[in-house]
Amino acid sequence: MTAKDSLHIALAGNPNAGKTTLFNNLTGAHQHVGNYPGVTVEKKEGICTHEGNEIRVVDLPGTYSLTAYSVEELVARDYLVNEQPDVVVNIVDASNLERNLYLSCQFLELGVPLVIALNMIDVAEKRGIRIDTEKLSEFTGVPVVPVIARSGKGVNELLKTVQKVSQTGAAPPRTLIRYGADIDEALKDLIPVLEEHKLLGSAYPASWTALKILENDEQIVAKVMLENMKVGQELVDRSETLARHLQDTIDAYPETVIADHRYGFVRSILRQGEVTRITDQDRLYASDQIDKVVTNRVVGPLLMAAILFGLYSFTFNWSGFLVDWMGMCFAFLGSLAESALPDGPIKSMIISGVIDGVGGVLGFVPIIMFMFFGIALLEDSGYLARVAFMMDRIFHFFGLHGSSVMPFIISGGIAGGCAVPGVMAVRTLRSPKERMATLLTVPFMNCGAKLPVLTLIIAAFFPAHQARYMFLATLVAWLVALLVAKLLRMTLLRGESTPFVMELPPYRVPTLKGLFIHTWERTWQYIKKAGTVILGISILLWAMMTYPGLPSDKVADFEAMRQQVVTSADKAEELLRIDQLEAEAGLRHSIAGRIGMSLEPISHFAGFDWRTNIALVGGFAAKEVIVSTLGTAYSLGEVDPEETTSLTDRLASDKHWNPVAALAFLFFIMFYSPCFVTVVAIAKEAGSWKWAFFSMGFNTVFAFSMAVGIFQLGTVLGLG
Amino acid sequence: MNLRKMQTGQSGTIASVKIGGSLGLRIREMGLVPGAEITVTGRAPLYDPVKICINGQTLTLRNSEADHIDVATK
Repeated sequence: MTAKDSLHIALAGNPNAGKTTLFNNLTGAHQHVGNYPGVTVEKKEGICTHEGNEIRVVDLPGTYSLTAYSVEELVARDYLVNEQPDVVVNIVDASNLERNLYLSCQFLELGVPLVIALNMIDVAEKRGIRIDTEKLSEFTGVPVVPVIARSGKGVNELLKTVQKVSQTGAAPPRTLIRYGADIDEALKDLIPVLEEHKLLGSAYPASWTALKILENDEQIVAKVMLENMKVGQELVDRSETLARHLQDTIDAYPETVIADHRYGFVRSILRQGEVTRITDQDRLYASDQIDKVVTNRVVGPLLMAAILFGLYSFTFNWSGFLVDWMGMCFAFLGSLAESALPDGPIKSMIISGVIDGVGGVLGFVPIIMFMFFGIALLEDSGYLARVAFMMDRIFHFFGLHGSSVMPFIISGGIAGGCAVPGVMAVRTLRSPKERMATLLTVPFMNCGAKLPVLTLIIAAFFPAHQARYMFLATLVAWLVALLVAKLLRMTLLRGESTPFVMELPPYRVPTLKGLFIHTWERTWQYIKKAGTVILGISILLWAMMTYPGLPSDKVADFEAMRQQVVTSADKAEELLRIDQLEAEAGLRHSIAGRIGMSLEPISHFAGFDWRTNIALVGGFAAKEVIVSTLGTAYSLGEVDPEETTSLTDRLASDKHWNPVAALAFLFFIMFYSPCFVTVVAIAKEAGSWKWAFFSMGFNTVFAFSMAVGIFQLGTVLGLG
Repeated sequence: MNLRKMQTGQSGTIASVKIGGSLGLRIREMGLVPGAEITVTGRAPLYDPVKICINGQTLTLRNSEADHIDVATK
């Protein structure tokens, strides 16, 4: 069966109306998650089989409306217009008909072939709302099928109806909704003009285009102007006349008058007998009772701290055994390659480039999987919206959104997180500007890989108050991240905050199936999309630290030195010493080493010598690499980040280092370019490499300015 | 009475929503239209945002957004 023959349906509806549950129920594991072209909105597709026929199901982003104000809404309506699904299934939450039918109105206006799936009738009935589906169908002019998405009840009947509608095709758009005399008259003026000039004729019904022009919809107005500037201007002029008239007579905007009339239409349906409310609707539902405790002034924040801390330890501690296990697997593979392959560049590349690289990619997988499971749990249960509700006052002050708190915590807001899952957690934010500001500032947190470096420096130069300094580092990270967010929102990401008006969904017990599907699809996306890029860069970085190798005369010199020690008493120790010296010379000779040395004239303003520079270049691969590279650069061999005593002593006694230089170095490490895995993740979440490169450049310049400031000031004050 | 000034537990009917543009539409899309019955059910620990019950669902909005909504209280 070809794609053309199979039925193609789109699921559309309000967030929290049960759209995703229905989608999971229809398609099960046969899902594919991607992105809509050019935007970061998730596109979910799946296949379901009904009476032997395959049906392609697309889950559109949940929206309350079809305006041009949010990416989700644009994506949803562009999909309906451009891809022309055979049938649109509109999931309507029966327990909240009024707002759900507001969206249905807009599908009717667009004239798409529609079936209404009336979901959660069980919940509605418990609340005393009875709905006459036949009458609802009569008034809207489209079939209405009651379903319970969670249990799958009614789904078969729904698919039957969908098939029937696909055969008969869409009923021509009827004029169901009146928008008041002024607007109806303006529509009557616009529609014939649009039809005459066939403006956007093939894609949109003229009545819809006319309505959008009156709503002053940016996208549609731009499209019309592009097709015919002159006629477009006439239409816009007519629309402005209407706007002025409404302003003068009733002090309102056309788009709000239209919205009010849509609600009027919905209410008239509800009044005409579809709905019988049996009991008093003011009674408190279970959700409200839970909220009384969960968002209480005193208990709420404490509980939230406990839950976020729980999410954090679940992500990083519970996944530990899998991380260790994978580490062991890759170490075993490495040792296998070590013994099986002949010495040479190929062997080095396979071990240090490929195996370490793949290990690096997959090493994050358990953490990401656990994090997404935890987030799915909070999201599906409805708690995440409460976190946003409670935290918004603080984060809004810094130009962020209440939901920003979670990515910050996962990235290391509690020291020891990881920016990679942190960056990926940013996708729970729906407001574009707040989301971008969060994305760019979460890498400032102290992730687990920065900790060994911070510990090393603090142990070497501030040994008296180690715990206090570590705690200060966490506070400084928060402060800087929030202030930079504020700065970005006042400059590059300037603009009104996205309206906070949002629904607190009723608490629900998440379904295990839903949790596993959400966890797996997001994890798989990381492996597939980010994994390949990460592997490539990891090989590149390995090559930079290895090539060009030492010239043969230098190698011969070291060989000669080795020959000389044959007679010496403590031979093994001497040989090791020479190996370390050779490694240092090799590193200095490599591309990374040359970059480090060439940067010295600039970096010495912050007190960094070439050794530090090389380590910082290495830190781009992963921050903990700074420790091992510093070890090699100080001819101590590769230092294990877990065991740094030798390096601590070496740094503490080195004349290049002093507490001021160390503090400058600490600040630089905390705030300079994120590691490349994070950079790749940022590129994927932001939908463009532009922002990823920006975060590398901006953070490095920002961190360097801070380091220079600290070093120069400290030196002038004679603290060094 | 302005929605911002309402106390927790107070109910009323929305009299007017005095804002257009994306915020004005967003407020209406969520069901906050003249004639709708609302009850303030709580506030966040720092008194902002405010939480209201409308048509059996719970909505939240910032005080700065609530400023645009006038309510005829009972």
